[in-house]
Amino acid sequence: MTLQLPPIAYGAIAPLLVMFGAACLGVLVEAFVPRRLRYAFQLMLAMGSLLAALVLIVVRSQGADYAVVTAGRALSIDGPTLFLQGGIVVLGMVALLLISERSLETGGPFVAQAAVTAGSDIDRRQAAHAAGGTEVYPLVSFAIFGMAMFVAANDLLTMFIALEVFSLPLYLLCALARRRRLLSQEAAVKYFLLGAYASAFFLFGMALVYGFVGSAGTDGSVGVTFAEINAAALSPTRGTGLLYAGLAMIAVGLLFKAAAAPFHVWTPDVYQGAPTPVTAFMAACTKVAAFGALLRVFHAGFSANSWEYRPVLGGIAVLTMLVGAILAVTQTDIKRLLAYSSIANAGYLLVGVLAFNKSGLASTMFYVVAYGFSVLAAFAVVSIVRDGDGEATHLSRWAGLGKRSPGYAAVFTFLLLAFAGLPLTSGFTAKFAVFGAAVEGDQAWLVVAGVVTSMVLAFPYLRVVVLMWLSEPGEQTPSVSIPGLATSMALAVGVLATALLGVAPQPVLDLTDTAAQFLR
Amino acid sequence: METTTLYAEATGLLSQTWMLVGLPLFGAALLLLLGRRADRWGHWLGCATVGATFVLGLSMFFALAGLENKSVQRSLWDFIAVGDLKVDFGLLYDPLAAVFVLLITGVGFLIHVYAVGYMAHDPGRRRFFAYFNLFVAAMLLLVLGNNFVMLYFGWEGVGLASYLLISFWYTKPAAATAGKKAFLMNRVGDAGFAVAIFLMLATLGTTQYDKVFANVGALAGGTVLAMGLLLLLGACGKSGQFPLQAWLPDAMEGPTPVSALIHAATMVTAGVYLIARSNPIFSANETLQLIVVLVGAVTLLMGCVIGSAKDGIKRVLAWSTVSQIGYMFVGVGLGGAAYALAIVHLLAHGFFKANMFLGAGSVMHGMDDEEDIRRYGGLARHMKVTWITFATGWLAILGLFPFSGFFSKEPIIVAAYTGHGWRPWVIGTATLLGAGLTAFYMTRLFVLTFHGPARWKEGTHPHESPKIMTIPLVLLSIGSVAAGGLMASSVPQWLEPTLGRHEEGHAVLGHWTLTILATLVTLLGAGLAWALFRNGTATQEQPAGPLVTAARKNLYTDAFNEVVFEKPGVFLTRALVWLDNRGIDGVVNGLAAAVGGGSGRLRRLQNGFVRSYATSMLTGALLVVGAFLAIQMGWLS
Repeated sequence: MTLQLPPIAYGAIAPLLVMFGAACLGVLVEAFVPRRLRYAFQLMLAMGSLLAALVLIVVRSQGADYAVVTAGRALSIDGPTLFLQGGIVVLGMVALLLISERSLETGGPFVAQAAVTAGSDIDRRQAAHAAGGTEVYPLVSFAIFGMAMFVAANDLLTMFIALEVFSLPLYLLCALARRRRLLSQEAAVKYFLLGAYASAFFLFGMALVYGFVGSAGTDGSVGVTFAEINAAALSPTRGTGLLYAGLAMIAVGLLFKAAAAPFHVWTPDVYQGAPTPVTAFMAACTKVAAFGALLRVFHAGFSANSWEYRPVLGGIAVLTMLVGAILAVTQTDIKRLLAYSSIANAGYLLVGVLAFNKSGLASTMFYVVAYGFSVLAAFAVVSIVRDGDGEATHLSRWAGLGKRSPGYAAVFTFLLLAFAGLPLTSGFTAKFAVFGAAVEGDQAWLVVAGVVTSMVLAFPYLRVVVLMWLSEPGEQTPSVSIPGLATSMALAVGVLATALLGVAPQPVLDLTDTAAQFLR
Repeated sequence: METTTLYAEATGLLSQTWMLVGLPLFGAALLLLLGRRADRWGHWLGCATVGATFVLGLSMFFALAGLENKSVQRSLWDFIAVGDLKVDFGLLYDPLAAVFVLLITGVGFLIHVYAVGYMAHDPGRRRFFAYFNLFVAAMLLLVLGNNFVMLYFGWEGVGLASYLLISFWYTKPAAATAGKKAFLMNRVGDAGFAVAIFLMLATLGTTQYDKVFANVGALAGGTVLAMGLLLLLGACGKSGQFPLQAWLPDAMEGPTPVSALIHAATMVTAGVYLIARSNPIFSANETLQLIVVLVGAVTLLMGCVIGSAKDGIKRVLAWSTVSQIGYMFVGVGLGGAAYALAIVHLLAHGFFKANMFLGAGSVMHGMDDEEDIRRYGGLARHMKVTWITFATGWLAILGLFPFSGFFSKEPIIVAAYTGHGWRPWVIGTATLLGAGLTAFYMTRLFVLTFHGPARWKEGTHPHESPKIMTIPLVLLSIGSVAAGGLMASSVPQWLEPTLGRHEEGHAVLGHWTLTILATLVTLLGAGLAWALFRNGTATQEQPAGPLVTAARKNLYTDAFNEVVFEKPGVFLTRALVWLDNRGIDGVVNGLAAAVGGGSGRLRRLQNGFVRSYATSMLTGALLVVGAFLAIQMGWLS
């Protein structure tokens, strides 16, 4: 038997290849480059590859007919793919800046040897002195590559593989915190177990859908593409029970990654336990990837029956918004608070997805990228509010921060107001766009739920603002460390993007609008 | 009356009308931004920008005079563009705007120069000139806009500048209170103006003058009446007309140049400008015109009566301003040819009232800031220039031939006697009576200040003011003498393109009869005052009959405001606070407690055990799959 290799449009997948190559090269660097040079090597390699990928993506998008389905119809490089890949790469670069910060703490936020028993003498020594491990960089590179492929996948199998490619490095990254080792390891194990569980749902759902479609390759593809699923759903040859059960399970798998209720349970624990730069990376990039995939699955693969299953997903969206908003009210840890905020934002994003129209697609893409910038900046601030024991994440410690460090408190206040959706911030523009799209798609009930929960959610944000500005600084209030160049840059980019997308969002809105066309 | 306005092309100098607003605005911004660094030379910059604007305005005036279509319109940029709503940032330079530009910058420049001397010892002089420039910029925008939104923009700008300048000495409680009072009462009028603009947008879809005026004829009578009344409310607020007159006399707490420029010559006449500019709206409804005339007549009599009983030199002048603007309202209310007469009176008044205010400032400057005219007397010998210049202003406001008031006020009296039925008799007589009362209180003011025995406080050494203050006085007094005669026929002709050509109506009394009557009444009032006050007056308040007491108390209008507006307002506030505390806060706090409690309970589900998490995910997944299958079975659709 001879294997017939399908034709491949290398120009379209060049960004993916660059990122994949750099990640593999990073593993080799780890093996062959001397220890003291590895940090610089790895950082430059990762950053350089992302920059190259970004340039390739931008160049590709300037071409007249950039949209193509390639590699045996496994990958679809279309408007949404390029926009989301660009978003993931830019957000990834900003997150990488946070990850590479080494001036806040000796050796950076990561541990040198993650496998040492937590709490032992060796562990204490390495926490105090040893430089952090540089395996982080190839892991992050693999994750970003996986995410970029996830949003481009044109069939469920490719999507599943990409899901695993970016999930596995994330599980590992969660375990690498320099301080509070046990919490970090616990977070990694929880994330891994529940992630595997969710993957199983996805895989089973995929099998059911394949069973429903029945035959593969009718359109010259290798796997079962979204186009074939869509065609089969329009003129079913077998019972649609398989289709619905399969789609439900696939949705469960994806909603887990997107942190929608009731599949959100891992989020607060993992966000709290993981090293803050990794939390930032997950909150920004994983969100983009997850919603990119959700959009493609629902809009490109299963749009034929959307009006039937939309109420169920609407219920999930409302539940997600409610759970995120209500639970945020009583949080006492800033990272957990941001985790619940991230859950509520998943709900708002679902509102955009469920609009099931072009403006819904465009506004969701805008929202997820705009939110990514704000959340990266917010975690950047969290990473610099610290004392001798590392980050001071308990909210009581933030009391009076406005008097100690008015500049950073002002920045954080701005970000919180952006999360709350105040005008002149990207939070307002983004919410306005998704809610507008939902109204256009006759989903006013979701908008009502969105507005009500936004009001509830404003309370925890404003509570932090009040705490920072109106409380007297106590003995315990930590001072803000002077951030290094990398964190400063990440913070500046995040805050500037939040402000710019709030004041003059039109260019990016236009961009998402022109990009909002799936090719299946 | 359907007219299409023809525009000349905005070329050459006339394409630069934005500079008129831009120059003083630039001055204000520079003075505010540079802060103390500009303290030493800031006042000269303030004068220079206004002076340059005057020169520019004058050259544009001549450029416009040479054109066939005397109107230049230019849109600078889209100010508001939302859906169908589109408002340009556009300027219109036409005959009406041109004369206002000259008045504002000409009189404004002289008062700026005067203020250099007047404010010489004030530590806040630079700030003063910054606000002054800001005022000039806003006032120019007000008269130069080509739509009502621009007009409103300038309207609010002058309101802001006026507020800042009234309470310029903000450490003085009376000044701070007066600033607030002016601000609040203006808000009432401004709200009316704003609603009028909304009404225009709702019914006509535009606020641009030419489009509004071309289509106003097609509107229902009630709509035009409502629009006009709302505009009138705005005009009353800004111009201190009944029933919103109370703030204007209090505004005299500001520095005297402010009173002269803003609260006598320019800003307070904005209401007259608004009505004259909107003449097609007002001419379209007779009821509306009658209301305007009545407002003017009531105010002019009220101002006279109260002015006769006041003892502060600036207070008397302020009530006199209220009363004179009443004359202008009568003019614009009469409509037709009287629009132009009102503008003529406005311009003439700008000169002689600014002259007298600055004269009052000069007197106060030499009398240790004493304001009480009972404490003056015999100043003619000590302040020759101030005396003579003030005398010209006094003769001008009296309206004696050949001073400017004769040419500007007398035609309004004649116009008021024009018409049918009861109207000419009532309104004409009111204006005639006003002329007599004006003569009475102005003569009282003049005699008590400059003649009779000296009643100064101990240790006062009156002296003439420095040249920088007297030179503007002399120039303004030339204007007080000559302006009326020069403008009486030329200005109405010049304004024809904006206000239209009108035949004069037929007065119920002969023209000559009225002239002689007016002169007689004036002489009577002046003679009475001369006889009563030539030997001075008591320096303390004396018991008086009911009319004088009422006039001293502003005809009980302040008491009326307190009972009718303030008391119910305070009560309403208290009731709302009570409702807010008990009712609304109760509901909100209850909701908040419910959310907090729910949050606390839900939190217990987040117990940290993976097995619980997995269970909740499984439950969720079962529900989702179940729901999807239910849909597939058709149970849920």
